[in-house]
Formats: sequence, C-alpha cells, structure tokens
Amino acid sequence: MSTPLQFPRIGSGVFQLMRRDLLLAIKRPGDVINPLFFFAMIAALFPLALGPDIRQLAAIGPGITWVAALLSMLLALNSLFLNDFEDGSLEQLILSPQPLPVMALGKTVVHWLLTGLPLILVSPLVVWSYGLDDAVVTVMLGTLLPGTLSLSLLGSIGAALTVGLQKSSALLSLLVLPLAMPVLIFGARTVSLAVAGDDISAGLYFLWGYCMLALTLAPFATAAALRISNE
Amino acid sequence: MWKFFHKLASPPHFYRLAPRFVLGFGVVGCVLIGWGTYAGLFLAPPDYQQKDAFRIIYVHVPAAYLSMMAYSIMAISAGIGLIWRMKLAHSVAAAAAPLGAWFTFSALVTGAIWGRPMWGTWWEWGDPRVMSELLMLFLYIGYIALRVAIDEIGKADKASAVLALVGAVNIPIIHYSVEWWTSVHQGQTVVGGKMAPEMLQPLLLNILGFTLLFGAMLLYRVRTEVLHRERRSRWVKAEVLQTVGAP
Repeated sequence: MSTPLQFPRIGSGVFQLMRRDLLLAIKRPGDVINPLFFFAMIAALFPLALGPDIRQLAAIGPGITWVAALLSMLLALNSLFLNDFEDGSLEQLILSPQPLPVMALGKTVVHWLLTGLPLILVSPLVVWSYGLDDAVVTVMLGTLLPGTLSLSLLGSIGAALTVGLQKSSALLSLLVLPLAMPVLIFGARTVSLAVAGDDISAGLYFLWGYCMLALTLAPFATAAALRISNE
Repeated sequence: MWKFFHKLASPPHFYRLAPRFVLGFGVVGCVLIGWGTYAGLFLAPPDYQQKDAFRIIYVHVPAAYLSMMAYSIMAISAGIGLIWRMKLAHSVAAAAAPLGAWFTFSALVTGAIWGRPMWGTWWEWGDPRVMSELLMLFLYIGYIALRVAIDEIGKADKASAVLALVGAVNIPIIHYSVEWWTSVHQGQTVVGGKMAPEMLQPLLLNILGFTLLFGAMLLYRVRTEVLHRERRSRWVKAEVLQTVGAP
C-alpha cells in the first residue's frame, strides 16, 4: 500500500518565509535604518528652507511629516523583492506549491514591520519638534498606522512590476505616487483637522477602509505581477 | 454578430477592415466638430455671467470626458488581454494610452485658460477636478513609462495591464478623495438641463464629434501597432508586397 503524497499544509510556508526575512534584516540593519534617517532629514530640511518660525512650522507640520513618511516608504520599497530576485529565491517562491498571494502578503507585512513600524515610532519626535502637542501626536500615530500599511501594500504591486528592470527606482515612484495620493490626502488632512480641533472620525474611517481594501486586493495583484516579471 | 467580433480579433482581418472605419469615423467626426464649433462660437448666445469666456467648454468638456473614456477603454481592453490573452486587446490598450494622455493634457490646458478670467488664476490647487485630471495624467504617464521600460513586448503588455487595472480600481477613490476638498469649480450643468438648449446643442455635437475622431485615431493607431507587432509575419510581407509592388 502506497502512502499518499505528503504536501506541506497551505500557509505553513508563509511563516517560514517571514521568519527568514526578519532574520536577514537583523543581519543587515542598514536597510532598516537608512530610510529612517532619510525621514528625519526631510523633516529637518523644511525649517532650514522656510525659516524657524514655530507658528508657520506648526501649520505645515502635519503635511510635512506625511510627505516625509511617503517618500521614505518609497525609498525603502525598492528593496522589497530585489534581493530575492537577484539570488533566484523569488523564482523558487513562485514555483513552490504554496499560494503566491499569501507569500507576497507575508513578505509585504515583514517589509512593513521593518520600514513602516519604525517610522511610526520615530514620527512623534518630528511632530513634537514642529511645536505640536500630544493630542496631535496621537492622531498622527493613528493615521500613520493604516496609512503606512496601505502604502506598503500598494507599493508591493509597483515593486513586483518593476523588479527585473534596470533603473527601476524612478519608475517605481512614478507608478506608485499617483496611486498613493488618497492616503496622503486623508492622512495629512486628518491630522490638520485634529490641529484645528475638528472631528477626525471621517478621515480615520477612510484610512482604515482603504487599508482593508488594499489588504484584500493588493496581494493578488502583487502575485500576478511577480509571475509576469519572472516569466 | 459573434462571428464578426471573432474575425475582428484576428490581426490581418482587423488590418484590412480598419481603414474603412477610420475614414468613416474621421469624416463624420470632423463634420460634427466643424458644425458644433461654428454653432458654439457664433450661434450660441453669450452667457449672462461669463460672457464669451464660457465658449471654451466646447473644447474643454469633450477633452475632459475623453480623458476618462480613454482610460476606461485602456483598462477594459487590458483586462480582456490579460484574461483571454487576446493579442489585439493589448494593442488597443497600448494605442489608447498616449491619446488619453493628450486629451487629459488638453483638458488641463483649456481649463487653465478658462480659469484665468473666471477665477483670476491659471491654476487652482484647491479644485477637485483639476486635481483629478492632474493625477489622471500622472497615471497615464506611469503606464506609458512602464511600457517603455520593458523591452519584451508580451511582458510589457501584461505588466502594464496589471497597472491599468490597479489604476482603474483607484481612480474612483482618487476622484472622491480630492472631492473631499472644498470645491470652487462650477457645478455640472450639462445633465441637469440647466443649460439653454442653444448652448447645449453645440456641446453635444462636439462631444459626439470628438468621440468619433478619437475612435478614428484609436483605430489608426491600433492598425499601426498591429503592423509593427506582426512585422515578421507572412501576411504583413504579402500586404507590403501588394502595396509597394514586387521588387
């Protein structure tokens, strides 16, 4: 009597993959730290360019923090699939019997843990330095959480589409930035509303709704894009 | 009926059939645009508030409408190409993108010219429709840039198709998120019947005319695209020999 073929359970691979990606990132912390410094530097550029008037800085602070977050997420995005593409493990991932959308989601979540989450943790420093109070910091954290997650998910589609191409980083920004506009608009405006003392629930509802939509659809688009760019 | 569409999907058949439609759409489109523009510029009465400045809508509205129309055509044919692997559909998507980008650009330029006397500024950042059109232009540019960046044509087709579909999901969200801003743009007056008939008629003529002209240009571009893609095939060689004459 022959034993039936044993396949690994669906979904068991994704945790292995996430563990591996996290370990790789710990061994090479530069990839995590550089976007953070980039974020802090953009935040420092504006007072240098516009003058140190604290009232003006408080007025533009929410928008600047959000733009800086968007740009440093974009900067980090390039590395999402690049290393795996170069050493060939991305191809193995596509050929494996594990569902590719789940694997792509796993990689994106790890990428967010390494880029989005540290950025959220650093963002209060920027907000405080612009002369805004603790209530604004809370709202900033509340908008950056769904916002950066949405940006990682949207960005994973763009990163998957451009992964094999040369000079892909400018192209990647061109693809992802227009798609990311709703997140930027709602993120920055919600914080501005909080500064003015208005009701912010609409913005937060939108950001979480957008995040859920991206969580539902983006992994499939990313998986399709990965297959196309690796054929 | 179905047989007609099935035959249309074959590149050589499309190549032979297209010129008739290009000519028909082009001629009727140009006549309608001529008629509509004449009626819009000379027969329609001046607006009681905007005087003659409103007359730019006879170009602005068709351009803005076609910028969205071209994106829908691009996204739908990209989807068809991706799902049913129809080669001609990818050619349509490739041909529609630059046209759509140009219509978007024209809508922005004519809008700016209109904005100067109406709002006192060429460019109004706070207006949701200006921003939607601008982001639409960026989406087109991203699509075209991705196509250009990938050398292999089959891969470029599929990758850009994914991008077009992702963009199509996002366009309504982008539109409503910029709508969230306070609007200074004129409200819509075409559908509500608030416009005087002698002003509306030329506009409808121009919308129809520009749509037909767009159809003619699209088919012409698709035909060129097909010729380029099939340049190594036997039927293209036969076609060229027939046109140029045997050497």
